[in-house]
Amino acid sequence: MSEKEKVRELIRLERVYKIYRAGQENEVRALQNINLKIIGGEFVAIMGPSGSGKSTCMNLIGSLDIPTKGKVFLENKDISKLAESELALLRGKKIGFIFQQFNLIPNLTALENVTLPMIFQGVEEYERIERGKELLKKFGLADRMYHYPAQLSGGEQQRVAIARALANNPDIILADEPTGNLDSINGEIILSFLDALHKEGKTIVMITHDQNLALRHAEIIYWLKDGKIEKVTKKYRNKWITLRRR
Amino acid sequence: MKEYFLLAFKNIRKRGVRSWLTLLGIFIGVLTVVSLISLGNGLREGVISQFGISSTKLITVQAGGLTAYGPPGTWVSNPLTKQDAEAIEKLDSVEIAIPRNIETVQVKFKGKTITSLAASLPRERMDFVYETLELNAKHGRLLEKGDSRKVLLGSDFRDKTKNGFGKSISVGDKISIEGKEFRVAGILEKKGSFIIDRIIFMPDEELNDIKNYRDKVNLIAVRVKSKDLMDRAKEDIEKLLRERRDVKKGEEDFEVSTPQAILETVDNVLKGIQIFIVIIALISIVVGSIGIINTMTVSVLERKKDIGIMKAVGLTNKNIFYLFFVEAGLLGLIGGLLGVVFGMIVGYFGTAAINKIIGSSATPEISWIVVILTLIGSFFIGSLAGTIPAIRAAKQNPVEALRG
Repeated sequence: MSEKEKVRELIRLERVYKIYRAGQENEVRALQNINLKIIGGEFVAIMGPSGSGKSTCMNLIGSLDIPTKGKVFLENKDISKLAESELALLRGKKIGFIFQQFNLIPNLTALENVTLPMIFQGVEEYERIERGKELLKKFGLADRMYHYPAQLSGGEQQRVAIARALANNPDIILADEPTGNLDSINGEIILSFLDALHKEGKTIVMITHDQNLALRHAEIIYWLKDGKIEKVTKKYRNKWITLRRR
Repeated sequence: MKEYFLLAFKNIRKRGVRSWLTLLGIFIGVLTVVSLISLGNGLREGVISQFGISSTKLITVQAGGLTAYGPPGTWVSNPLTKQDAEAIEKLDSVEIAIPRNIETVQVKFKGKTITSLAASLPRERMDFVYETLELNAKHGRLLEKGDSRKVLLGSDFRDKTKNGFGKSISVGDKISIEGKEFRVAGILEKKGSFIIDRIIFMPDEELNDIKNYRDKVNLIAVRVKSKDLMDRAKEDIEKLLRERRDVKKGEEDFEVSTPQAILETVDNVLKGIQIFIVIIALISIVVGSIGIINTMTVSVLERKKDIGIMKAVGLTNKNIFYLFFVEAGLLGLIGGLLGVVFGMIVGYFGTAAINKIIGSSATPEISWIVVILTLIGSFFIGSLAGTIPAIRAAKQNPVEALRG
């Protein structure tokens, strides 16, 4: 990130806990005392083995879920107390999701999948279709617009998902193991697109268990283990420095 | 709004056979109601023509009220007379009053004897009878003033399967009525009335020769001067006959019936039938909506992941609710639409069939208001059935839903 750009905080997690079945004997402390800050334009990776709580972390960052304890801020607005509908509107506008399983809606064509998020942000039909086509073209899917997800390869589906994530021109792209279900070639293609989006100024948050991926593409890595942040590292002049240790 | 319908329609189409089966209940219900309504006109005309009601300016007067057995006016202790008819005709509101006799007679043709009905035609006023009953000769001609020993037969006499003789009767044939020979002058067009199609028309005094009723009259057919005078004429006739027969108001031993009264009776009977059919249709619709509840509930479970995805891309609970709500409504609407279309087809061909059987000329009654109300109704029923599944869909937790 260049020094000239204004430092803009997008997301902040403050002493966040997520506890399932709280108070019961089989209580699960998925996240404990998480402090995390995402600045506009960063490529952040949240790294951890399975069971480390990284998915829960993504749900909170993506405002799909609210914390048991602590606060989540989206653009300095506390969203931990918002109602489900307000959260939905916010995430529709601010956050684009990319999932490991692509998560396209099977009954809709590629183009319809991309335009779906725009419908509910009140974008006019003509504009939706224009933008949808433009996005699909951008990701090399010009001849796949009217195909249904089942007619597309995994790599193509994930590209549709990226196009959909960008539909409402969100500030943040939240990618949960985006290459997890892809072969290495298609995985590389997807990552190159994420890199390109990052260069365009988008904030990318990638959740992954793959250390190499994180090291290669991210600028900041949150290392998660057993629901806690183990350390935070940052790339500085091609070297990784540790910012904070537990 | 439009988007909800488009998305819902895509979902229904993609769901295939199960969607179509779901529609069946609503489809059958609406089909029943619409075909009933569009057939209603045909049914009504059919029933009316069976009773031989045609002129709306016609009043019939009978003694003793409607009789349960035999031709009208028989089994009556104090019959009407020709003098009564003359007196009625003198009333201001009345244009014409004609005494009519309908008698049971033995008819012999080619060695076989049957019992039939014979109706009198007043020699001077045959045209009035032809006109009010809308009689036309199909074969031969109508009776004329100067005819003697000639009869006019209802259309069924020509049909050997219906006339009881096993042989067809044609114009010019000789038949024997109570031992007297008559020649067939004409055979009437089919009227669709079980009375007129099986009756023998003959001049009044020739029937009197056979049955010897003299001044007694079975019924008096009255034509009023204009439609507006109908009620007044009825009152006038009742008053006159009360005086002539020396009975008090409320104790009349005669009946003055207007076509409206008969039509009302017909309509009441039809209404009863209609209510019965509508109840059956309603049961079908209730079953149909349970079907919709069922498929929508299953659909919510199946599409749990889709719901999660939609929530992730920014659809609110309300959006999700409407999506499923509209989808259920659309299921109902499509069922209703198919029901309306097929109901109209049934109405159209059904009316044509009725027309063919009874020779009426009814047209299927299709009211666009009914069609539109039916469609709105079926959408409403569908969406109502989809309400609870839609609420369930909307309340899905996005994180859990995404897990599928």
